[in-house]
Amino acid sequence: MSDRLFGLVVLIGSVAYFLAAANIPTGFLVDPVGPKLFPRLVSGIAALCALLIIIQPDNDPEWPMAMTWLRLAIALSVLVAYAYTLKPLGFLIPTAVAASVISYQIQSRVVPAILTGIGLSAGLFLLFKFALGLSLFPVPRSWMG
Amino acid sequence: MDTFSLLAQGFAVALTPTTLALAIAGCIIGTIVGALPGLGPSNGVAILIPLAFSLGLDATEALILMTSVYYGAMYGGRISSILLNIPGDEPALMTTLDGYPMAKAGRASDALVLSGFASFVGAMLATIGLMMLAPILAKVAYLFGPAEYFGLYLLAFSTLGGIASDNQRKAALAACIGLGIAMIGLDNSTGMGRFTGGNLHLLDGVDFLVAIVGLFAVSEVFVFIESHGKSSAIGVKLESITIPIKDIGRTFGTMLRSSFIGFIAGILPGAGASLGSFLAYVAEKAYVRDNSRFGTGDARGIAAPEAGNNAAAGGALVPMLTLGVPGSGTTAVLLALLMTLNITPGPLLFTERPDVVWGLIAALLIANVVLLILNVPMVRIFVKVLSVPPWILLPGVCMVSFVGIYSLSGSYFDLVLMILFGLLGYFLRKLNVPTVPIILGILLGNNMEDSLRRAMVISGGDWKYLFQSGISIGFWIAAVTGFLAPVFLRKIIKKPQAHVDTTPPEST
Repeated sequence: MSDRLFGLVVLIGSVAYFLAAANIPTGFLVDPVGPKLFPRLVSGIAALCALLIIIQPDNDPEWPMAMTWLRLAIALSVLVAYAYTLKPLGFLIPTAVAASVISYQIQSRVVPAILTGIGLSAGLFLLFKFALGLSLFPVPRSWMG
Repeated sequence: MDTFSLLAQGFAVALTPTTLALAIAGCIIGTIVGALPGLGPSNGVAILIPLAFSLGLDATEALILMTSVYYGAMYGGRISSILLNIPGDEPALMTTLDGYPMAKAGRASDALVLSGFASFVGAMLATIGLMMLAPILAKVAYLFGPAEYFGLYLLAFSTLGGIASDNQRKAALAACIGLGIAMIGLDNSTGMGRFTGGNLHLLDGVDFLVAIVGLFAVSEVFVFIESHGKSSAIGVKLESITIPIKDIGRTFGTMLRSSFIGFIAGILPGAGASLGSFLAYVAEKAYVRDNSRFGTGDARGIAAPEAGNNAAAGGALVPMLTLGVPGSGTTAVLLALLMTLNITPGPLLFTERPDVVWGLIAALLIANVVLLILNVPMVRIFVKVLSVPPWILLPGVCMVSFVGIYSLSGSYFDLVLMILFGLLGYFLRKLNVPTVPIILGILLGNNMEDSLRRAMVISGGDWKYLFQSGISIGFWIAAVTGFLAPVFLRKIIKKPQAHVDTTPPEST
């Protein structure tokens, strides 16, 4: 079932990709192949593979339970938040928080998770800043006056 | 010019204090990366590339650092195979078959030393093979026109899809996904955007490092969250390190045979080290008369896959350097490194930048000796690494990936894209869709399209041109056979079963 669903998604995707190729501007310099053919070939083969997967799917993988989905969703949102806060809030705080949360999602113990977060944040900062010489700000720039 | 004077020049590059230090650092990092379960060589090299840039290394230095990591990871992969029955990386899977039973029988140190020595023999012979074969192949590559390159790219995708995966349709689909992503961005010949959806960030295309780090490293975090980081304690005792001279002597022939097989497997574009260790093990088992002890801790069953795996790692560098077509997932990542450094692999590399090529080869010879020392007398240190729990390791890997990509581009967009690739990687792995063809597709997509279009410009749109030279016909035939033959071979060659513990080790 999972494979059929996946095949269907890919099939729709490749048809959309094939149609989107029609919108590619051709420009003045035209070679015999042009910018549309190769993407169309690729999407054609992808659609064929998707059909074969739908016709002959593999067994379903073992999908995680509802709780694990929740954990994955939390980890995902923490990572996205981390991506957006890394610059404005400086390195130390977002890294400590994100690393703690991810550590907690892997093994559910609070204290080791927080210690991991703080340790990684400080350790990696020293490594990046002084060993590798990256220009990182430890805390929000406004704090540093 | 003869090989030895070129090699002497190479040693002049490789023996400067900086490069020597980088090679040694690379070996140490690589062995750690290889030993940690869940952090394979492609992962390790991928997350280290952005950091290598921030060190401000020049092309030769960066390449030496990363290939030392690559070689080191191939050595390190065996440590957790033998002690934990968990392969540190995919090619080390075959080493679990005899390595773990031997360790359980109280001979863990013998197994580690023997496999370390087999790794050394394999890697050394492969590096010498690379030295001999690559310049010749580079000369042959001058004969290649766009039609031949198109055939070669096709061959790489089909061998990768055929031999290295167990589901042709999914591997082919993965290659298409990669090629489709590669099309995003400015079209090389018309200068117009394609598939950008009006997004300015996408005009530059999808950076392959973002895709690689996302698919390999970030997806690993999701995989570990799902498995709750089940880590197994080291179930076997490691006594003092002694050298099993008898076993080494007895398996020396095995090592030579396996190195040869592994090297050939490595050269095949798209096949790589996993195939090398698999073929070496299966061939050795078929070759020896008395094979009843294979799978229960036979010394030959440890020497064969390790020599094969490391020889294949060296062999995989041959097509990557001479043709720009990587032979495995990790060499694909190394190709990404070269492309980011603005070095175009191919025949011209050998004539225009001999310092890069021969410096690299000399550094690999040195790295091998360093790795032998690290992996035999000092193996205890790396065994300690195995006790780092996943709940510290994985957040660490994740943060390093973020900082690496961030330092490379400084844009939120790339970070979010990386997370999306991580999510995609997680679902694809659940669905048993291989991710290496995606990387290869992203890396080679534009070159493949270019070669097709240039071929058609030369021929004025005549498609028969693609099949006009003997070389390109050879590639097409090899591509079709490489893709379809495994369907039949799979029925004949069965994968050997892994050793299963009858009494599960007590978890701590």
